[in-house]
Amino acid sequence: MITGRLGTHTPVGMTRAAFSAQAWYRSTRRIRGNVGAMVGIALLLVVLGMAVFADIIAPYPSTAQDLGHALQPPSLAHWFGTDTVGRDIFSRVVAGSRISLQIVILVLGVALTIGGALGSLAGYYGGLVDEIVMRVADVFFAFPHFLLAMAVVAALGPGLQNAMIAIAVAYWPRYARLIRASILKARAEPYIEAARSVGCLDRRIIVRHLMPNSVAPVLVQATMDAGIAILTTASLSFVGLGAVPPTPEWGAMVAGGRNYILTAWWIPTFPGILISIAVAGFMFLGDGLRDLLDPTLRGRVGF
Amino acid sequence: MRRLISLVFVLFGMTVITFTLSHVVPADPAAAAAGLNAGALEINTIRERMGLDRPLYQQYVLYMEGLILRGDLGRSIASNLPVQDDLVRYLPASLELAVFTILLYLPTGLVLGVLSARAAGGVVDAATRGLAILGLSVPVFWLGLIAQLVFYGWLGVLPATGRIGSTFGPPPEVTGFFTVDALLAGNVAAFADALRHLILPGVVLALGNLTVVTRMTRSSVLEVLSQDFVRTARAKGLRERTVITRHVLRNAMLPIVTVIALQMAALIAWQFLVETIFSWPGIGSWAVNSIMTLDFNAVMAVTLFGSVLYVALNFLADVSYLLFDPRIRY
Repeated sequence: MITGRLGTHTPVGMTRAAFSAQAWYRSTRRIRGNVGAMVGIALLLVVLGMAVFADIIAPYPSTAQDLGHALQPPSLAHWFGTDTVGRDIFSRVVAGSRISLQIVILVLGVALTIGGALGSLAGYYGGLVDEIVMRVADVFFAFPHFLLAMAVVAALGPGLQNAMIAIAVAYWPRYARLIRASILKARAEPYIEAARSVGCLDRRIIVRHLMPNSVAPVLVQATMDAGIAILTTASLSFVGLGAVPPTPEWGAMVAGGRNYILTAWWIPTFPGILISIAVAGFMFLGDGLRDLLDPTLRGRVGF
Repeated sequence: MRRLISLVFVLFGMTVITFTLSHVVPADPAAAAAGLNAGALEINTIRERMGLDRPLYQQYVLYMEGLILRGDLGRSIASNLPVQDDLVRYLPASLELAVFTILLYLPTGLVLGVLSARAAGGVVDAATRGLAILGLSVPVFWLGLIAQLVFYGWLGVLPATGRIGSTFGPPPEVTGFFTVDALLAGNVAAFADALRHLILPGVVLALGNLTVVTRMTRSSVLEVLSQDFVRTARAKGLRERTVITRHVLRNAMLPIVTVIALQMAALIAWQFLVETIFSWPGIGSWAVNSIMTLDFNAVMAVTLFGSVLYVALNFLADVSYLLFDPRIRY
């Protein structure tokens, strides 16, 4: 293609590697200029690094008990101290990063699948389908999401997996709304009519043309929700509805150390700091992404 | 009007969802109510008395009948009292904490928001943005624990749990607000003690909300500040303070009110957690206990109560637009 060749034309006297480095530099310049997004990425790299290299970083197995060394304050042998049964808190915190990433993937996966499917159907077909889907979404939307998640876990029974499902149940309506709105907007565009006139099936139009065009708002929302999902799971664990010991989930660890706050402060303190880091990472990144992806909001809507 | 109809539909949908949820509990509430030593026969009797042997939709119709005709939310399995009585009993403690929290964060948030709008683009502004995100990211239950550690454990200046010291005991009940009741009883020492018990949970709850209100106030004030009528007001020679309070804030209020109403949802969730940590005998602690004991009528009542409250607040926010903006008519 002619435009393609022109676009990737290598300037004279420049190696291919140098050129692609420069292209990378250019295309990432905007995101690197956004302080918030960079802070978010840095925080998330910490969590991601812990999750990937958990086996190398963690000095002890996350559930190994050592009653002889219970309730040790932070030291060189145990950076974050040990809990009531002598488990190394640093190792457990590291292991917890994997659980948090699982939470993000599962919650967003389920919420996006349900919300995306229903939202696309409602936006594309309109009429009765739209009315039914959106009224149901309204009802779910009207619940404070923590309350709804709490009621759902209470019904399903406590447990980490049920907590994640419950949060997804509370989240799907916002994706249904977002995707429906962007599809309604995009449906009127000429390229959809063009696609239809060349004989594309409904399914193909939805998946190939409409969905990609609603990516930006969904991406921002999903990034922020990733943080809130971790926070909500931790909160559910804290009231005893989420992960149960000995699972090294951060919220459950804070809950387990709750009664020792005055005698062994390190038990709940460090997992709590990690929750804050992970959540803040996603929130900063989402906030930065919104600035980048939606220029109309830049600087105006702060939050 | 269209809003009212959709409101009714939403409320109806909520009862269906909460009812379904609280009745698919895998454990057997009849067995829980009968106690550990009950035989199959006793459990069956209780099941029939509770109506649990009927089909789910019939149970729902019965429940709605009681709810609408008699305001009856069913009977708590744990306390064996009508759930609405329990709700009323726990409500004042929660309300007192909520009111105290709002008094802490709302005025402060508005002032800070205006201040950071006027310093927009600077370092202070960027810092408040960062702090606001951080304020939402720190888990409130953890913050509560740290506050207990520092102000009770290390400094020993504030009480960590409960509503009032045991030396005083609850004041004679008038409003159910310990602070107000103590004052009404003329007991200043008890009032001071009740207030001291409010500080830690109140401040912990207020912090997250404060950051949101500050950011929202900032952005809507910024938007209004750039408009022509503000320039006109300044050109008229009005003092900056008058411009801000009479012209800018009045116009910026709309989005702020919406956000505050939406924020109530977060406040309700945070309040559950904070009540649990500070052993505050309110609806939140009650809800958490009810879930543990499979007290499904209580769980449903709390979920429904919190959600209806939230819906009502949002509706009020919409209606309040009429007050702030005479151009809007429904």
